[in-house]
Amino acid sequence: MNVEMSTIGKPTPKLDAADRVSGKAVYGPDIEISGMLHGAILRTEYPSARIDSIDVSQALSLPGVECVITASDIDTNNLGYRKDHPVMKGDEVNCIRDEVAAVAAVTKELAMEALKLIKVEYSPRKGIFNPFDALKTTAPQINRFNHDKEGNPNISESFHYEHGDMQKQKEKSTCVVSRQYVLPKVAHSCMATSNVTANYSDVDGRLTMYSSTQVPFLYQREIAHALKMKPSKIRVIQPIIGGGFGSKLDLHPFEPICALLSMKTGRPVQILYDRKEEFIASAIRQSMIIDLTTGTDENGNFTFREVKITKDNGAYTSWGARSSFVMMQTFSSLYKIPACTYNADAVYTNNVFAGSFRGFGNPQATFALERNIDLMADKLGIDRAEIRLLNANLPGEITGQELVYGTCGHKQALESVVKNSDYNTKKNGTTCSNRYRRGIGFASMLHVGGGAKIYPSDGCGTTLKLDTYGYLTIISGSSEIGQGSETILAMFAREELGIDLEKIRIINSDTDVKPWDVGVHASRTAFVAGNSLLGALKKLKHKLSSKASQLLDTVPEDLIYIDGNIQSDKTGDSYKIDKVVREIHFKTPHELCEVSYFYEPSSEFQDKQYKGNVSGCYAFASQAVEVQVDTLTGKVEVLDVYMAQDVGKVLNPLGLEGQIEGGVAMGLGYALSEELFSDEGYLLNPTFHDYKLPTTRDIPRIHFYPVETDEPSGPYGAKGVAEAPLVPTAAAVTNAVCHALGVEINTIPLTPERVLRALDGKQQINN
Amino acid sequence: MEENSFNISFTINGSYCEKQIPASLLLINLIRDELKLKGTKPGCMEGECGACTVLVDGKAINSCLFPAINITGREVVTIEGIPDGEKTLDSVQESLIQHGAVQCGFCTPGMVMAIKSFVEQCKTEGHLPTREEIEDSLSGNICRCTGYTKIIDASEALFDKSSGT
Repeated sequence: MNVEMSTIGKPTPKLDAADRVSGKAVYGPDIEISGMLHGAILRTEYPSARIDSIDVSQALSLPGVECVITASDIDTNNLGYRKDHPVMKGDEVNCIRDEVAAVAAVTKELAMEALKLIKVEYSPRKGIFNPFDALKTTAPQINRFNHDKEGNPNISESFHYEHGDMQKQKEKSTCVVSRQYVLPKVAHSCMATSNVTANYSDVDGRLTMYSSTQVPFLYQREIAHALKMKPSKIRVIQPIIGGGFGSKLDLHPFEPICALLSMKTGRPVQILYDRKEEFIASAIRQSMIIDLTTGTDENGNFTFREVKITKDNGAYTSWGARSSFVMMQTFSSLYKIPACTYNADAVYTNNVFAGSFRGFGNPQATFALERNIDLMADKLGIDRAEIRLLNANLPGEITGQELVYGTCGHKQALESVVKNSDYNTKKNGTTCSNRYRRGIGFASMLHVGGGAKIYPSDGCGTTLKLDTYGYLTIISGSSEIGQGSETILAMFAREELGIDLEKIRIINSDTDVKPWDVGVHASRTAFVAGNSLLGALKKLKHKLSSKASQLLDTVPEDLIYIDGNIQSDKTGDSYKIDKVVREIHFKTPHELCEVSYFYEPSSEFQDKQYKGNVSGCYAFASQAVEVQVDTLTGKVEVLDVYMAQDVGKVLNPLGLEGQIEGGVAMGLGYALSEELFSDEGYLLNPTFHDYKLPTTRDIPRIHFYPVETDEPSGPYGAKGVAEAPLVPTAAAVTNAVCHALGVEINTIPLTPERVLRALDGKQQINN
Repeated sequence: MEENSFNISFTINGSYCEKQIPASLLLINLIRDELKLKGTKPGCMEGECGACTVLVDGKAINSCLFPAINITGREVVTIEGIPDGEKTLDSVQESLIQHGAVQCGFCTPGMVMAIKSFVEQCKTEGHLPTREEIEDSLSGNICRCTGYTKIIDASEALFDKSSGT
């Protein structure tokens, strides 16, 4: 690994950036197909109601309306991780985003007009909007498709985990801290709103979905199940995706609805949400209440954690309910911890349902955990950096949950941010003035870094074609959602084959063409798709080197790939790579320069007790955040974010920094300004005017310190990176604000109002 | 188009154009649906995100709030009209690429237009903006991917280069 690399580690602009800056990239909303209709969805007026009748006759008679469907017109299976979600709702509605009818018309305006003509009579019911109310034995069952008869009918998913001798660790504990943390609902707010274009051909019975999904093969399977079709009849094409962040991990009802409209009309149909619909109808980050008790011995060594989590699942269950699985790892395995018990319930309510969002529960878990660490440090009188360094994970550790930390940069990351933030001169508080107070806070995080085994395969396939002009086509199962994976893959190919980036093309957006991949999630693409590509490149080079060594009268080991040539290191003689391809292709052995490779990470399924090494490797990060709080207005200004992350190896510094800065900004929104408010199941602020995303004025100086641990299983030593920067940010910001003001706040966002209330009472604020 | 339709003439990306439009038509819909210029993006349709930014007589506006009828006799430039010279990409676009300021890219055309307008304005006024002023010039454009730092860097670099002139 000491060889100087030509491409890896060098700042490389995204290959697809020119298309995007020039407006030429075709996103889902830009698709127009000849004869295309526009679909629109009528959603319920009430979060909980019986539907007494639906009359679509007036809508149907509006000229230009081609099709109106309701639940009684379709024959579908339920969607979702627990198959508890009807595509359309016919007899009852359970949350404000429920789909009651859908229209296809020749223009979007006509489709919207037709929705107004549909008459629905409801008998509203008293909904349940607080998960603790839903857990009461007197509560009615909210989702009747929850067939788990043993437990509470309003629990969709329960997780129980434990390790260690809890009794013994409690006895050793001289410092115990118990707190409740309340985490809000937040929205992905992708810049492109949800969209899909369905094109059904009644000639061959094939359905083509132009979809922004992050998981095309899971999507293909699930939509086939929903529509009672064979997956082979469905082709998923991913146009350029205008932001994902986990929102496109689940199949949502509008997608099979769009397909049904196309199947019924025999024409292509597009559904495009407006921004309000995007807020109301797309799955959000789980809101939850975390009860956490933690202990240390007299020296500050962590002893135990007891965790009880109650998540607001909303009315239906998505993959997001599985985020309890990721949160479990943070509680069981971030810092050394001898004993842990963990219970998490996802509870049905009549609120909007939650889905998957970057970090997948980890920002919530890390918030609670890192707040408790500060409280324990204060109680013990130990420095807040010191207690973290004392308990930091180390390489070679096998955690209580049996996660195997081969490489582990946790302690290095902590040391880096302690040093770089100049913490030791700032820790006693820098006085600015009576009005403005400064503070500094820490948080670390643990996340999977080598994929995550949650599906029968966590693998990715790659097919390579090197043509007679020396152009390489990489057909990868993985998907580009803006994160820069295409560029990373091209860089790998350039590194190995020595051909220009301009000669490398990536095909990764068509399930008819590309090989299997489980999808974009768990920060896995560079690691899994990267390893897959390296495997394929090795096979391709074997083919090329066999021929080139004949041509150059040498052995394959002597060959180097450089500047479009295959060269003998000994003699300096070389052949152009395309000429070698022609020799293979047109002369003996008359073969194409094509190879395929499948990579499956070495991870394993966890057992029923959730023990096992679920990822190929693990990523660690630490942040130090410095804030200045205006005690008059309650406004928090984040001055500096110091971020150190174990990335294994820096592949593309430019892309990596982009992930770090973007993740931190998203974390700052979570910490300071973002919250979806709801009242009795209705969303109160479904617009960018009222839902406050960070803007250019809110961005602090972000200092990034990559920690390179050279992960042996990673491509060139790299680990997954993209979720990490978001994960610890809200915790670190809150720790900094509490440090600045000497208050205790156990919920986010830290709005001026909340900060002022904390200052007024100097009390514990968690609502 | 039935009632309340009007004839308008305007320049789009340097070409003269006449259209009959309903009075209520928004500029973004004229651009995307009538002129089929899909580079201008619909982000929020309420003037909050800036993805639909275009130039009207050189000034950046949110095309989602702007009645199309108001462009009569005016010059509209969309992302497809940048650059206007021989080059395939404008210096603003080059700078965004080189600084790694593009991820999903849905906000990018709007960013390009906002930066372009600000650069031209500063040039006209002979003003070298501070970083805070650059941040302000982009505060109406939301990006969910990049965290803005690289977009601000990309804009700032344009001024570094031209500061001598």
